[in-house]
Amino acid sequence: MIRLVSPAALRRLGILGMNRRNITFIGENNPRRNYQLVDNKLQTKKAALERGIVVPELYGVIDHQFQIDRMVEGLLDKTAFVIKPVQGSGGKGILVIVDRDGDNFIKASGAVVDAGALRRHTSNILAGLHSLGGRNDCAMIEALIDFNPALATYSYEGVPDIRVIVYRGVPVMAMMRCATHASDGKANLHQGAVGVGLDIATGRSIAAVQHGHLVTHHPDTGASFASLRLPDWDAILDLAAGCADMTGLGYLGADIVLDRHRGPMLLELNARPGLAIQVANQEGLIHRMTQAAEIAATAADHAGRIARARELFRVPETAFPPEA
Amino acid sequence: MIASRTQIGIVAGILILFGLGLTAYKVIRLDLPLWPGESREVWTIESKVNFKPSDGPVEVELQLPRPLGGWVLLEEHFASSGFGFTVVDETEGKLARWTRQTLETPTTLYYKMQAYRARLDTLPGFPISEPDSPLLEADQRAAMERLVADLRERSTGPATFVTLLIQELSRSQPTQDAEFLLGTYRTAKLGVMLDVLAFAGIPAHTVRGIRLQDGRRRQVLSSLLEIHDGSSWQLFDPVTAAAGLPDDFFVWQRGPGAVLRVVGGRDSSLEFALISNNLSAKTVVSMEQRRDDFALLDFSIYALPVEQQGIFKGILLLPVAAFVVVLMRIVVGISTSGTFMPILIALAFLQTTLWVGVAIFLSLVSAGLWIRSWLSHLNLLLVARVSAVVIVVILLMAILALASYKLGLDQALTVTFFPTVILAWTIERMSILWEEEGGHEVLVQGGGSLLVAVLAYMVMSTRVVAHLTFNFPELLISLLGVILLLGKYTGYRLSELYRFRDMAKLK
Repeated sequence: MIRLVSPAALRRLGILGMNRRNITFIGENNPRRNYQLVDNKLQTKKAALERGIVVPELYGVIDHQFQIDRMVEGLLDKTAFVIKPVQGSGGKGILVIVDRDGDNFIKASGAVVDAGALRRHTSNILAGLHSLGGRNDCAMIEALIDFNPALATYSYEGVPDIRVIVYRGVPVMAMMRCATHASDGKANLHQGAVGVGLDIATGRSIAAVQHGHLVTHHPDTGASFASLRLPDWDAILDLAAGCADMTGLGYLGADIVLDRHRGPMLLELNARPGLAIQVANQEGLIHRMTQAAEIAATAADHAGRIARARELFRVPETAFPPEA
Repeated sequence: MIASRTQIGIVAGILILFGLGLTAYKVIRLDLPLWPGESREVWTIESKVNFKPSDGPVEVELQLPRPLGGWVLLEEHFASSGFGFTVVDETEGKLARWTRQTLETPTTLYYKMQAYRARLDTLPGFPISEPDSPLLEADQRAAMERLVADLRERSTGPATFVTLLIQELSRSQPTQDAEFLLGTYRTAKLGVMLDVLAFAGIPAHTVRGIRLQDGRRRQVLSSLLEIHDGSSWQLFDPVTAAAGLPDDFFVWQRGPGAVLRVVGGRDSSLEFALISNNLSAKTVVSMEQRRDDFALLDFSIYALPVEQQGIFKGILLLPVAAFVVVLMRIVVGISTSGTFMPILIALAFLQTTLWVGVAIFLSLVSAGLWIRSWLSHLNLLLVARVSAVVIVVILLMAILALASYKLGLDQALTVTFFPTVILAWTIERMSILWEEEGGHEVLVQGGGSLLVAVLAYMVMSTRVVAHLTFNFPELLISLLGVILLLGKYTGYRLSELYRFRDMAKLK
């Protein structure tokens, strides 16, 4: 017998559903013309640089098939890099190379690929295989993040990233996404990555889930999520809230990574952030969005909004739940 | 933003009421049946006379059908713009005559009628005329004599004589005499049969008519053989030798004489398009009574030419399938690969029938995935790879069709109804999905597509749905209203009630 929850219960908890997200939040807050900046990672990067927002270093862009032949020579001095589609979505088509072994490249998972595989992958990106709507695309090669060692034990074979949902310039909910062996080094929750809900007030962990079930420890590294507290939390919130101004989107998800040397860095933006963050936080989004709308209407500036959000969305200290 | 919701609500409400209102009007005032039950199968038969004009005046005569065998004619329409037109009553039946002094371009003349079979009846009596023995050369005569003698030897009377004759001439390797007759002076088997019957002194003639098949276009006249066995007339199928008037045979013309005669034209042809509708017995009776001023036709697709009607019968089902997809995705939350792929698969199922369709789909997709995995080693550019998959899918279809034909499974020949490019693209996407997200996700999306396709098929193939969409196309306006409303549905999806099931334990 499949166990279901009643719609009334979900409504009471303020859980945001896909239809409501699409119509009420995305449809009414995100003007179509502003999508371009978010869906195109090169434009996001350019806009971020103009505003002094830190982003991973860009090594190069490949926008023609003929450039692919010479691409490996261009990477001679680089041992670690990431190839991604400029218009990709949902982490599709991202190839992470962490090291080299002679002519071969080593992926984050430890698998070894040759230069041909690299070229084939790039060619697929250009043909639009991973892009929204299958449009022709470009591939960008950027520096691999040298992520903060404080978080090293929370992610397996991949970089942990922090997703902050920003509604009308107010950060409303955040989670850290930790790659696992099951998720093949990717930070996608539906592929088995662990989502750790974060307290907006402090950057402290609230709950952790994998495949929708509560967990207390990382399944591969064994690290306990209970004691997690993110460094640079102020800067992370500031960075996320700043993206709202930059894009003109009322509802967006900012994906942020913590670099060892350069601190919080904007990885990418998402105009259609997923709903799993609610499970990771064990709380619904709708109530917080209602409050955020009030904050946006009353608070005068950027700093005021963040301060008010941290005050309102604080989660009591004892809340990290034991494993279900 | 509330304004936009209200706006949609008002528009949707108007659309829904308009559709339902029109339907109600047709049901109550025009007496169209809302449900397909207790109905009569009314056939609309459209005949087209095509010809190219030669010099001089043109005269076209078409023998019109007489209602025989329990058939009743409901209405008749002639299209004859630019022609002089008369209907002539002669002893052998009615004749439509189109005339014109000069004509430049190839022309098509139309005659459309509606008919239904009130009761299963046999054909009435027909004057018996002594058969004229055919003119034959000496060797043909000898062959004919031997054949007739042989058939007489083996038969008990005219009826069995005809049966044996048909079997004899239809055999793949007929006896020498039969083969000689078929080969030397007449190529048409039916002509040989009539001659043999005449030679044997059995009164016989052909009965021409139409094999009724719903949605058929470019149908031509087929013939039955009618003989007099001494006491009554009997019908035989000249191919299968089956006796009696088939249920699906509409008699057009009986006895000798041509159905179509064109003077001043060449390359003439007579073709028929057919479609059947289920109308309530009551409606049919009232149509019979007031054939001339029946308002029903003004409000429906019946007013279209029959060929278009047949196409619309299929097209009108598409919105219903789209509605199923909308429901499944927005309200239930099933993920499918591509939004409208399920509809295309469901359309293919309509042609192949469900289980055959599912089996073909599964085998094609799995074979395609397997070949695609091999292609991925070849390091091809995407467009080339997808094109390669298209060709492989076509080859697979050909192999499947051929193999099933050899095995005698006619149904699998319907494999060609599957949309090739869609299948190839599906295979490509699923294989990428497999590489990136694993086999589980492929099962979820592929299974979702198939499930939605099966549901859409089940809805489309329902008799009530086919009846409603065709007879009350205005209901689609209501459906549009409902879809608009669903487009503004902000409630939870059924799948989310499962996805967030553990959240309720919290507080």
